[in-house]
Amino acid sequence: MNDTTPIGRDEIEAFVARLREDAERGGYHLNPDQDFTTGLAQGLLENERRYGYRSCPCRLATGEKERDLDIVCPCDYRDADLVDWGVCYCALYASDEVLAGEKDVEPIPERRPPEAERRVDHAASDEESRKSRLTAVPLPVWRCRVCGYLCARERPPGVCPICKAKADRFERFL
Amino acid sequence: MEARGSVSGRPGRPLVRFYGLSTCIWCKRTRKLLEDEGVPFEYVYVDLLDDDKDDVMAEVRRFNPRETFPTLVFGDSRCIVGYHPEEIREALGR
Repeated sequence: MNDTTPIGRDEIEAFVARLREDAERGGYHLNPDQDFTTGLAQGLLENERRYGYRSCPCRLATGEKERDLDIVCPCDYRDADLVDWGVCYCALYASDEVLAGEKDVEPIPERRPPEAERRVDHAASDEESRKSRLTAVPLPVWRCRVCGYLCARERPPGVCPICKAKADRFERFL
Repeated sequence: MEARGSVSGRPGRPLVRFYGLSTCIWCKRTRKLLEDEGVPFEYVYVDLLDDDKDDVMAEVRRFNPRETFPTLVFGDSRCIVGYHPEEIREALGR
């Protein structure tokens, strides 16, 4: 750790404002609990200073970006966790239900596979398997009936990140 | 923030080991719960360690193979992963 001076309040608050703006623009929400957003934003800034990238404050980073890419915020697991649990792993992001006060924020299980399994996944992404994936789609593809946005994931997003249509406007495309 | 340390609680309470990350909000809440309960505990912030990070992670793995935080170890057997106040209080005999 080189710089150990604490990150200033103003810097954290400006960062939260930027995160919130980006989130809302994409149909996402920050946790309405300010204690969470401020604390986690501070953690992200500390990790950026420490590692050079904003890795998840609630997961142990290796310091090697290649190995931590899946936990650079927003992490690969956020959207699935928002659908299943209403918050992401660290609880920086929250669902409509949490925002409406219909669901409480609670710690959720870790969805990120253990490192050994993640390495297998990386090894599988060579040219050969890329070809075979063209013929066998590994995930369902969903289409927003409003704007045509396509995404490949287990379930459609709660809100279309492009046009903000709700999940029920998505249809299975592939 | 110190990477390691101990907090003395009220006498007669069993010692708890706390493994956490200095940036994690759930770890902060868990530590505060231990402090509020007057539990004596040893803490390690794994992200702040340098040389002995691997050794400490081996310890964490023994109790919590997923290597997630916070990990609380009670005595040498029971382990609670995550901020679960009811479960933690129960393990403390409250």
